Amino acid sequence: MSGTSVIGKESGLSRRSFLRVSATAAGGLIVSLYLDFPLVAQQKPSAKTYPPDAFVHIKPDGAIIIQVNRLEFGQGVQTALPAVLADEMDADWSRVVGELAPAADVYKDPVFGIQMVGGSGSIAHSFQQYRELGAKTRAMLVAAAAERWKVRPEQCRTEASLVHGPGGQSATYASLAEAAARMPVPETVPLKKPSEFRLIGKETRRLDSRAKCDGSVKFGLDLDLPGMKVALVAHPPVFGAWPKTVDDKQARSMPGVVDIFEIPTLAKGKAVAVVADKFWTAKQARDRLQIDWNFNGLDKPDTSQLSQDYKKLAATPGNVAVNRGDLKALDTSAASDRILAEYEFPFLAHTPMEPLNTTVRFDGDRAEVWAPSQFQTFDQMAIAEVLGLTPDRVVFHTEMAGGGFGRRAVPDSHVQREAAAIAKRLKGTPVKLVWTREDDVQGGYYRPMYVHRVEVAVGADGLPSAWRHVIVGQSIVAGTPFAAMLTKNGVDETVVEGVADTHYEIANFHVSAHQPTVNVPVLWWRSVGNTHTAFVMETVIDELAIRANSDPIAYRRKLLNSEAKNLIGVLDLMDQKSAAWRKNLVQGHAVGVACHECFGTSVACAVDVSIENQKPRIHRATVALDCGRAVNPLTVESQFQGGVSFGLSQIVPRGAITFKDGYVEQNNFDAYTPPYMADAPTAVDVHIVPSDAAPSGCGEPPVPVISPAVANALSRLTGKRYRSLPITTL
Amino acid sequence: MQTYKLTVNGQAKEVTVDPSTPLLWVLREELKMTGTKYGCGISACGACTVHLAGIATRSCVVPISLVGDRAIVTIEGIGEDRVGRAVQDAWISEDVVQCGYCQSGQIMSAVALLKSIAKPNDANVEASMGGNLCRCGTYVRIRKAIMTASQRLA
Repeated sequence: MSGTSVIGKESGLSRRSFLRVSATAAGGLIVSLYLDFPLVAQQKPSAKTYPPDAFVHIKPDGAIIIQVNRLEFGQGVQTALPAVLADEMDADWSRVVGELAPAADVYKDPVFGIQMVGGSGSIAHSFQQYRELGAKTRAMLVAAAAERWKVRPEQCRTEASLVHGPGGQSATYASLAEAAARMPVPETVPLKKPSEFRLIGKETRRLDSRAKCDGSVKFGLDLDLPGMKVALVAHPPVFGAWPKTVDDKQARSMPGVVDIFEIPTLAKGKAVAVVADKFWTAKQARDRLQIDWNFNGLDKPDTSQLSQDYKKLAATPGNVAVNRGDLKALDTSAASDRILAEYEFPFLAHTPMEPLNTTVRFDGDRAEVWAPSQFQTFDQMAIAEVLGLTPDRVVFHTEMAGGGFGRRAVPDSHVQREAAAIAKRLKGTPVKLVWTREDDVQGGYYRPMYVHRVEVAVGADGLPSAWRHVIVGQSIVAGTPFAAMLTKNGVDETVVEGVADTHYEIANFHVSAHQPTVNVPVLWWRSVGNTHTAFVMETVIDELAIRANSDPIAYRRKLLNSEAKNLIGVLDLMDQKSAAWRKNLVQGHAVGVACHECFGTSVACAVDVSIENQKPRIHRATVALDCGRAVNPLTVESQFQGGVSFGLSQIVPRGAITFKDGYVEQNNFDAYTPPYMADAPTAVDVHIVPSDAAPSGCGEPPVPVISPAVANALSRLTGKRYRSLPITTL
Repeated sequence: MQTYKLTVNGQAKEVTVDPSTPLLWVLREELKMTGTKYGCGISACGACTVHLAGIATRSCVVPISLVGDRAIVTIEGIGEDRVGRAVQDAWISEDVVQCGYCQSGQIMSAVALLKSIAKPNDANVEASMGGNLCRCGTYVRIRKAIMTASQRLA
C-alpha cells in the first residue's frame, strides 16, 4: 500500500509530495512533508524559511513534538492527528506533544489547498497524510538502526519509540534520530493493517486536558507580550456606517489611553479604535466616546420586514437546484392530501466562549501575528495586504481557540484587518485587539435568516408523490473565494444542502432558492445549511409519518433510497439502542426522532422530551452515527454529546438575532442566550457503527438532528407543529 | 488609582488600579493569572468564576474596591485543595474538556458545589452549574465528572 498514491486517489488531485529531513542544531530529527497543490488561494508558495515547517521533531530527550496543521478549538485534532502519526511511527504516546503549527504552505489542508479548519475536514482530510508521515519517519529510524547493527530493516521491529534488532539489540528513537536524518526518504512505505493499530480506533484521552483544567493553557486572548497594548473598537451600530463626528476628549484624558483613531471595518464601514495599556482602560475609554454616525445610503435591515419580504419571495420559484419528475400531483390532489408548510429561521450568532481577538506587531518590513484562526492562509494574506507586506513577511502563530463554530473562518478576515490597521499605526508595539462579547453578538457574520416554503402532495400510500421546496435567504459564499466552487446555476450550495441532496426517495421534486442581498454580513455556522434544511426535512417527514399513521423510524426506512445504506444503518442502530427506553416512556413524555447525513457522516437521534415550566425538558438523547473509521471514539462521543447541545442553540427561546431599523436588538448572553446545562439533554448515549471506511467528519454532523427531533417530540405532546425558530411558546 | 492588598491562592498581592476595575481584569492583567476567563462581562456565562471567601463568584462584575480582605482562590490555586484536585482529576479522567475556555469557571463552580454538598443529586448539580455556559456543550460529561469526583472524595 503506497501512502502517497492512496492520498492522490482519494482526493482526486494531482500532486507531488516530498519529504525534507534535517538534523536540527539542537539535535534530533525533523521530518517535513511538502505537498504541492493547485492553490485555491492566490498566494504563491512563499520561500520556506520559517524554521518549524516540519511535522515531527524527535528531541534528544525522547520527547516527540508533532505539528498539527490546523486549529484546535475543541474538536480534538491536537490529540487525534498526533495519535494517527504516532501510531504509524510506533512512537511512545506518553512522550508525544501536539503543537499548533504556524501559517506555512506545508500545513495547508490536503484537500482545500489552504490552511484551514472547516467542513469537518480535520481528520477526513489529514488522516492519510499523518499516517504516511508516521510510517515514513518510522522507516527512516529503522533504516538507521539496521545500518548501525548491520542487519536488514525487515529484521527489525518497533514499539514505543524503540527499534528492536534480530539479535536482541534495541535503540531508542532519540538515539537514532541524527542518523535517521541522513537516511534517504522512502518514496512509498507500507502502512499498518487495522489489526496492528495501537492508537487509531482506540479511546485516547485528550492531550490538552490538564492544561485546560489548571488554568495554564494559553488561548489567543491570554497572550501577554512585553510592552503590549490592548485595543477595543467602537463599531458602527449599522453595518457600513462611519463616524460623522467623534468626540474623544474625555476618553483621551484617561490615564493609560495611548491613542484613538479611525480604522476601516467590516462592510466597508469605519470604526474608532481605542488603544490603551489595559483592557479595562480601553473599555472605559470606549464607553466615553461620543460618536455621531453617518448612515447615508445604507440599507437598515429589519427582521420583521425581512420576514414578510422573504415569505412573499418564497411563494415564487427561485433559481433551480433540483428539477426531477413533475409536480402535477400538487395541482391534482385534494387539499386534504397536501401539506403546505412555511418555516422561518432567524439570524444566529456563533458566540464562541473566547471572544474574537488577534495580536499583531508591525516592524516596518515584517510583522508577527498571534491569532486563534480557522483560516490561517486568508488571515495571513489579509494582514499582509493591510501592512503592505508579502505574506511570507508575516509570521503567523496559530493560538489555541476557545471555540469557533465557523466564526474564526471568515473569508474577508475582518478581525485580522482591524488588528493590522491598528498595529500599523502603532509600529513596533504589539497590540492585542479584543472584541468584547457585545462586539461579537452585534458584529454580524451570522448564520443567515431563512424562510422555507414546502408543498407536498401525499399519495395514497402515505408517501410524498410531489414536493416543491423554495428556500429564501442570503448566500454565504457570494463575494468570497468560495463562490466559484460552491455556486451552481446561481444557487449557493450551502443554502440548499440537506434538501437538494436528500436521501429520501422523492420522484417528483423541485427545489429552488432566492438569495436576496441584505446589509448583514453572514457566515457558516457549525453544519452550515444543514442547520435549517435538516430541521425542515425531518419535521416534514415526521408530519408525513403521523399522517400515514406510521412509526416515524419505519416511515423513514421506507422512504430512504437504496443509496442511503449508512443512514438506514444508523436508524437501525438508534432504533435498537433506544428501544428499551422508548418502550418504557414515562407518562407525559414523548419521543422525537430525526436522521440526517452531512459531511459524509450519517446520524440518527431519538430524544425523550417532556414539558416543564413551559419549556422542553430533554431527559435523554440516543445518537447513532456512521463516520467511517472512528479514529478516536472518545472524541467522537464527546463531539456528538456536545454537538447536540450546540444544535439546541436553534430552539432555545432567546436563540435569535433580530434587527430593528438597522440595529441588532441583542448585545450579550442575557438577550442572546445559548443552551445552559438545563436546556441540554440530561444524558446522551452515543453509538458508533463499526466501519473500516475512510473517516468522515464529526464536528458538524451532530448539530442538525437534535432540534428537529425535539420539535417532533413536542408536536406529539402538544399536537402543534413548530415551524418558526426559536421555539418561544409551546 | 488606588492600592489594594489581596490574598490570592494564599499569597499576599498588592495592586494599584482604578477602583472600578473588575477583579477579573486585576487577575488577568495585573497579576498575569489568565486562567480566569473573560466571556461576557455581565455575569451571564460563568467563565470568570473564582472563589471569594469560599463562595463561587463572577469576578467580571466584582469591582476590586469591593473585594476587601476576602480570600481569593482561582483555577491556578484550586488544585492545592483536596476537593479542587479531585474535581480536576475527574475532569481529566472523564475527558470533559473540548475547547476548554469555560472549564476554569465550570471547575470553580463544581468545587464550590462539592464543598457544600458532598453527594449532590442531579438537581443540585443543575442548580449550582446552571449559570455556567459551555458553548461546546460538555454538560453531560460535566455532570458525570462531578459524580465521579464526589464518589472519589467519599
